[in-house]
Amino acid sequence: MSGAEKIAVKVTEIVPVNDLVTRFRFERVDGGALPTFSGGAHTVVEMQDGEITRLNPYSLMSDPMDPSAYTISVRRDDKGRGGSLFMHQKVQVGDEMTISYPVNLFPLDLRAKKHLFLAGGIGITPFLAQIKQLERLGGHWELHYACRTPALGSYVDELTAHHPNETHVYYDDQDQAIDLKNLLDGQPLGTHVYVCGPKGMIDWVRSTAQAEGWPREMVHYEEFLAPQPGKPFEVKLAVSNKVIAVGEHESLLEAIERAGVDAPYLCRGGACGQCETDVIDYAGKFIHRDHWLEEEQQASGKKIMPCVSRFEGRTLVLDR
Amino acid sequence: MTIQFNDETFRDDYTFRNSDWALKRFPFPFHEDSYMYSVNMEQHRGGPEGSVYEKRFDVDEHYVSEMRDRAQVLSEDPLRCQSLPHMTLAGWDVLELIMVSKSEDYPDLFELHRDGNRWRWINKPLGIDDTFTFLDEATLPYGPLEYITRQTQGDFAVLDQRDDNLWMDAGMVTTQADWSLDFDIGMNFFEWHAPVPMAHEKGIFVRALKFLMNIQQGAPARRLNWTMTVNPLLDTSPENYHKWGIQKTTLTPENIGAKQHLRVELQTFFRLPRSNALVFPIRCYLCSFQDLMTVPKWGRRLHRVVRDLPAELATYKGFIDNRPLMLDYLSGFDDGLPTSPGIWPDLETEPPLAK
Ligand code: HEM
Ligand code: FES
Repeated sequence: MSGAEKIAVKVTEIVPVNDLVTRFRFERVDGGALPTFSGGAHTVVEMQDGEITRLNPYSLMSDPMDPSAYTISVRRDDKGRGGSLFMHQKVQVGDEMTISYPVNLFPLDLRAKKHLFLAGGIGITPFLAQIKQLERLGGHWELHYACRTPALGSYVDELTAHHPNETHVYYDDQDQAIDLKNLLDGQPLGTHVYVCGPKGMIDWVRSTAQAEGWPREMVHYEEFLAPQPGKPFEVKLAVSNKVIAVGEHESLLEAIERAGVDAPYLCRGGACGQCETDVIDYAGKFIHRDHWLEEEQQASGKKIMPCVSRFEGRTLVLDR
Repeated sequence: MTIQFNDETFRDDYTFRNSDWALKRFPFPFHEDSYMYSVNMEQHRGGPEGSVYEKRFDVDEHYVSEMRDRAQVLSEDPLRCQSLPHMTLAGWDVLELIMVSKSEDYPDLFELHRDGNRWRWINKPLGIDDTFTFLDEATLPYGPLEYITRQTQGDFAVLDQRDDNLWMDAGMVTTQADWSLDFDIGMNFFEWHAPVPMAHEKGIFVRALKFLMNIQQGAPARRLNWTMTVNPLLDTSPENYHKWGIQKTTLTPENIGAKQHLRVELQTFFRLPRSNALVFPIRCYLCSFQDLMTVPKWGRRLHRVVRDLPAELATYKGFIDNRPLMLDYLSGFDDGLPTSPGIWPDLETEPPLAK
């Protein structure tokens, strides 16, 4: 079986946070304790959307040491393939769902003297859990959080109420922006930087930190990659000897699974490397979207990460 | 079953013995008639009843005496247990994992009562009944890692995971096959494996690291490793090589059956919940050649494995000089008959020695 261990849960609370974001609370169906986890971990939520099974990763935002429930926040993506729409429109309190054990690809570096968090939009969620963890352990942290508008600033109120000194909020519509260069310059020795948000923000933080001389291992990032829709394409699976069609609104990984072929995965977001698949033959062009493969690997035409990447062309043969 | 704990020593007069029960469940490490390094890992989700795989942390008849031996090693050399400052949380994770596992798997021996962060731990074989506050070091006589591993068989390496590597940043190491925590502390996966022959070239460590970094909560894994030890010594450390290295020269055709031991490590891997660290318990099982030879399949197979093992491995494992003596002895238990696949003794189905 692929992916992390599964847990059967019940939806016990659904709270609209603002126009775009809704929060879901899960408790175990059997009433038992959920595993404790480390801040930054995500869970993969299984959604039975008619014929289609969707598995989307969401950061756990609840207190990592509270085993009674997990909470996640889902941002509605009207142009996406439907996972977030399913959560927003179909899921109801009392529904039973399956989620995975926590998996952490964005952990705190516990050696850090100080943790500097940079969040953009829904990228706030892993930090909510990390902040709770650091508050328990007595860690030193600071948050800089960029939102589009006050109305879309998820959890701004609770953060500024509980942590007025640590929290700094910036609103795009008021032309406020993080003064990153100065912020980085002013950090004490031993500070680690964490960024979670849109791709542009992550690239900006990483390149600015690099230019300022920050070592790579002190800058941590997590980007939420949802598989994007795209043109349908056909794939031959050489090992299982099947030809499958990948639809416009499903990922290559989902199409492989739909054909009954067990393929490895963990994050389903292009970050963990588990789903790496060898390409045996192709004629056409890859649309690589993962963070895992090196640029040369992506250009080589020998590897693809089917959880997020697609293909356009005549022939694609995979070693699966 | 209730376990009868042996009163025995792993030094000086070496009164260590395996009962019939312990011999039958010995984790014989060879599933075929030859051996080479490989990424031999499988899920750690129980195993045949009574086998060393059944429980998350196996407790056997040597428990109480092994813990006495560990205490003695620590009193002479406190650096056998170390934890870098950022690993304290991982230490609590290990403590919780072991207390929960043991109290669930051996309710007659261990009890854990939790009331919020107020925990009461009862260890009947060692006569311990302690109440403490979870995550508050001041309420325990030692740090959390040392406290719980003084009560658990096997060595423990605790690995921090960062920067696409694993770092040996904490551990309790008193029953090791010639490596040192004090030397390896702070090293990464490739650095501490540097002395191992042949495996780097075969790409084994690159694949093993990838596997380990993807081990997730709730899905532990395991593998077996092995070496040879003269006399049933737990502490074969580089620090004490001057004491035990010399014992390797005391083997004779007369005493080899009793003195030469196959040393098997059951290595398990668990992802820790709060720290995201990995704990790597290395549990050592010893069995004398003469006891092993009572299982015909194991006698045949051990001879073939030792005979055909590449010299690099026999050198690294430290028995190249004694190999001729071992082969003289072991050949007496190999009649050339085929052996059944797998590690189990298969006493009912395998033919007796025809020699
Ligand atoms: C994180 C977990 C692990 C730790 C802490 C660890 C630690 C060690 C240490 C300290 C040694 C002794 C090196 C020396 O001579 O100084 C060793 C040897 C070795 N390790 Fe690991 N190891 C780990 C995982 C693995 C895995 C997953 C493999 C899988 C292939 C592996 C394969 C080996 C081999 C083949 C040897 C040589 C053993 C012999 O021939 O007796 N190790 N390891
Ligand atoms: S499943 Fe994690 S990279 Fe594809």
